[in-house]
Amino acid sequence: MGWGLIVMEALILTIIATSIPLLLAATGELITEKSGVLNLGVEGMMLSGAVGAFAAVLWLGNPYYGIIAGAFCGALMASIFSIFIINFMTNQVATGLGLTIFATGLTGLAGAPLIGKTIPSLPKIEIFLLSDIPYIGEILFKQDFIAYLSIAIIIFITYFLKYSKPGIVLRAVGDNHQSAHSVGYPVKKIRWYATCFGGLCAGVGGAYIPLALTPHWAEEMTGGRGWIALALVVFASWIPWRIIIGALIFGGITIAQLVGQSRGWPIPSQLLSMMPYLATIFALTIISGRLSKNNSVVPSSLGKPFFDNQ
Amino acid sequence: MITFTPRDKVSKNWTIIAPILSIFLTIFFGLLIFTFLGYNPLETLYQIFLSPFSRIDRISDIFVKACPLIIVGIGLMLCFRANVWNIGAEGQFIMGTLLAGSFALLFPNVETKFFIFIMIIIGFIGGALWAFIPAILKTKLNVNEILVSLMLVYVAMLFIDFMVRGPLRDPMSFGFPLSKPYSQGALINKIPFPGIGYLGQLHYGILFIILLIPISWLFVNKTLSGFKINVLGAAPKAAQFAGFKQNTITITVLLISGGLAGVAGVIEVSANIGQLQPEVSFGYGFTAIIVAFLGRLSPIGILFAGIMIATVKLGADNAQISMGIPKVVTGLFEGILLFFLLTGETIQKYKIKWVGV
Amino acid sequence: MIKFCMRFFSLMALSSSVLFFLITNTFAGNPTKVGFVYLHTKEDFGWTMAHEMGRQMVEKHFGKDVKVTEVNNVPEGPDSTRVIRELAKQGNEIIFTTSFGYMEPTHKVAKEFPNVKFEHITGYKRSKNVATGNIRFYEGRYIQGVVAGLMTKTNKIGYIASFPISEVVMGINAFALGLRSVNKDASISVIWVNTWKDSVKEADAAKVHIAEGSDVLTQHTDTPAMLQIAEKSGVLGFGQATDMVAFAPNAQLFSSINNWGPYYIKKIEQLRSGKWNTGDGPKHWAGNEWGGLKSGMLTISKFQNMPNDVAQKAQKVHDEIKSGKFKIFAGPLIDNKGKEIIPAGKSLDDGALWGMNYYLMGVNGNVPG
Repeated sequence: MGWGLIVMEALILTIIATSIPLLLAATGELITEKSGVLNLGVEGMMLSGAVGAFAAVLWLGNPYYGIIAGAFCGALMASIFSIFIINFMTNQVATGLGLTIFATGLTGLAGAPLIGKTIPSLPKIEIFLLSDIPYIGEILFKQDFIAYLSIAIIIFITYFLKYSKPGIVLRAVGDNHQSAHSVGYPVKKIRWYATCFGGLCAGVGGAYIPLALTPHWAEEMTGGRGWIALALVVFASWIPWRIIIGALIFGGITIAQLVGQSRGWPIPSQLLSMMPYLATIFALTIISGRLSKNNSVVPSSLGKPFFDNQ
Repeated sequence: MITFTPRDKVSKNWTIIAPILSIFLTIFFGLLIFTFLGYNPLETLYQIFLSPFSRIDRISDIFVKACPLIIVGIGLMLCFRANVWNIGAEGQFIMGTLLAGSFALLFPNVETKFFIFIMIIIGFIGGALWAFIPAILKTKLNVNEILVSLMLVYVAMLFIDFMVRGPLRDPMSFGFPLSKPYSQGALINKIPFPGIGYLGQLHYGILFIILLIPISWLFVNKTLSGFKINVLGAAPKAAQFAGFKQNTITITVLLISGGLAGVAGVIEVSANIGQLQPEVSFGYGFTAIIVAFLGRLSPIGILFAGIMIATVKLGADNAQISMGIPKVVTGLFEGILLFFLLTGETIQKYKIKWVGV
Repeated sequence: MIKFCMRFFSLMALSSSVLFFLITNTFAGNPTKVGFVYLHTKEDFGWTMAHEMGRQMVEKHFGKDVKVTEVNNVPEGPDSTRVIRELAKQGNEIIFTTSFGYMEPTHKVAKEFPNVKFEHITGYKRSKNVATGNIRFYEGRYIQGVVAGLMTKTNKIGYIASFPISEVVMGINAFALGLRSVNKDASISVIWVNTWKDSVKEADAAKVHIAEGSDVLTQHTDTPAMLQIAEKSGVLGFGQATDMVAFAPNAQLFSSINNWGPYYIKKIEQLRSGKWNTGDGPKHWAGNEWGGLKSGMLTISKFQNMPNDVAQKAQKVHDEIKSGKFKIFAGPLIDNKGKEIIPAGKSLDDGALWGMNYYLMGVNGNVPG
């Protein structure tokens, strides 16, 4: 019994660690989408955050600088995206894809001298006494800074979207930019902020990979997690706390297929690896079926360029 | 501060100037980045943009590389024109290849070249079936096609991997994930030139593009269906009033683009690889999205865009061979070029003015 | 007469200088051009880096006599055909294509350039100008198994494998034999990650192994991610392809190192002296040259993080394999379902090794596919 719980605890810790990059990137993208901007460049922003964080820690030695650098690089990529889609009104889908391709190239080039080096990981922060609670203490109260941060961000944006005035303005802009504009809200400015916040979160999410998961740099090391983050936002039907559930399910399936193998479940590993993607499609289908009845959660201006006639 | 005012008519001048300007701006930014990273900028530019044209066999290889990009790009053009965001062409490419390849492996002794036409049809069906999933989910349940088509890419990648390592594996491959080689009838030959021999990898599959470009041009510009697709994309409300069946159009464009991606896969594998392996696509499906946009969603444009991207890819190889530059630079160029071209599109539609604050 | 003599001598001087020029140009001034095609980046700390180190040994050995060009990140498909052809066109006299997936492309180009020599690493097809070479990676795996068996306390070993090809299965089985030779209670769990190089996935697999109770890990993938996790979690592990000790100074027991340098140097020397050949190795697929500890193509790094007696035992096993005294796949071999593969007194030949699609006793589960 005790042994089983210890195994469970270790597995849950692994699942949480795997989920955090997804969680952060999806949270950022949620805010971006709430403002009416669809940014398909999440993967690119995560990569930039990862390479920026790695370089910063290699240079400065302290893993906390990596968080700042990752946030900065992610936001920088998001602001490049913003210039084009907000100021030049380019197509959001194409620009977002362009951003990912651009960032893959840029990080590959900039990261070339970083390959083969290693950095110190983010330390775990134990919360006094609470971390000593058997089983759950280790899981809930002995995590690193980014893990706590990501939960704080979720709580913050839940409050922000629901109760704060700027949050309500943000939703208004995403739901109908023309009327938000006619009431006098600065649509472009708000979208700029929302997109950059999305980039910032994605950057930190990407940074988590070298800072906590595998402390080295490799080309394209985010391995498609940015795309899963995009799916998660829909999966959560734009409700922040559901992202936590979604991210844990994704992380859980990823880990479960590895556990299944180590325990010798007779399922081909490729079929197990397909599970997260099929699960997303399945979830999307169920959610979309419900959404078509109750369409208020989807930002209506999502993906549409705003022309303000200035 | 910059202001935009809509033009009454799309600017003809800018239609020509914008792409050229974009290329120059891209080269300029490329120069900056290379100088910053400590590579000789002029040598780099020569290797990336000009060296692929320096020998006739290199030029032929540009067409070989561009071939799948153009075929997939043409299919995506229809989708994007109709505002249907199929970004899963990579998966459709793989499934078309896999279905046609499995069929080819059933007939190990076929000699007749007629066989390849059957394979192309089967490849089309395979790709179209894979695109049918997002199509049906989109039209019946309003599921976002961007995410579904993308997720299906990963499923397709894993599925071909499973097939090639399992049921389709050549028993003589010592455990390596390769199918048996295709029969002679399932291969596309290289084109022999009298007196010269072969030029690089140049193969008969190129003929498909020569057919596809004019047909697709006629389709989008001269047929009612093409017109409907354009209207649906540009003004969905108008399309609704005109009584166009949006769902039918959505399904049609997804099926055609999926099918073309499958055909591209069949041609690519039959001409260049000759057997199934875990990786058959190398990102053609994603790059073709860029190609479709660079080509401004027109068949002629996509032809040139495909050649342009293929040039940069080949050039990046050359730059790596002669200068040791990591070949990810292609992504850098594709990204910057796309940004500027999309901006150019805006400039065609709007007048831009600097106004003092 | 004087005039004639002057003419004669000047002519002699001229012709001899021309001759000298020609000779120096052919034999010293004109270096042998050698091309390398790599699958990943040369700094990957795995497969490709091992080849890069071999290439560097070539440069060091020959100095100005060779001119080496290497191309990184060449995907296994039509791109590789073009890159290999380009290297041949640029006048490289011998081209090393360093991944299994380059087999067909290499042969395609080899037919077009009958005067260029090709060395395909890990392939099984040969022709007049294509030779093949490979390493007996499994010899290192056996020693790993022995060390793991002596070091494990939980009697659970976590194995992270890439793809279920014979080469990898052979390694798992060799490991199992080594393990069981010293510890009958220990067993191996295998996780197939279906990639050679995805650090996050490898790290996840390592964490799962540790959570499931494994305290010694090994990998047949390319990144140092597993060892980094082992280091963080306080368990032990083995490095692969290159010495990965920098990533896990307290966790690495030793690394099996692929040492391609001597092979490359030998083949280039053969070419320069006009004696290059595809060898008369056996016709089964193991390659003209399938070298291991004995030929120095496989080496192992320092034994560390283990007690002296374990290191001594490992060294002894190493020496016995190296001298050829000890055969790893010697009967009786029993698979993990209890079926006898071969009886005592016999041993598997190289051909049978390449047909391995079963696990031996001590490995849990089935070979997928």
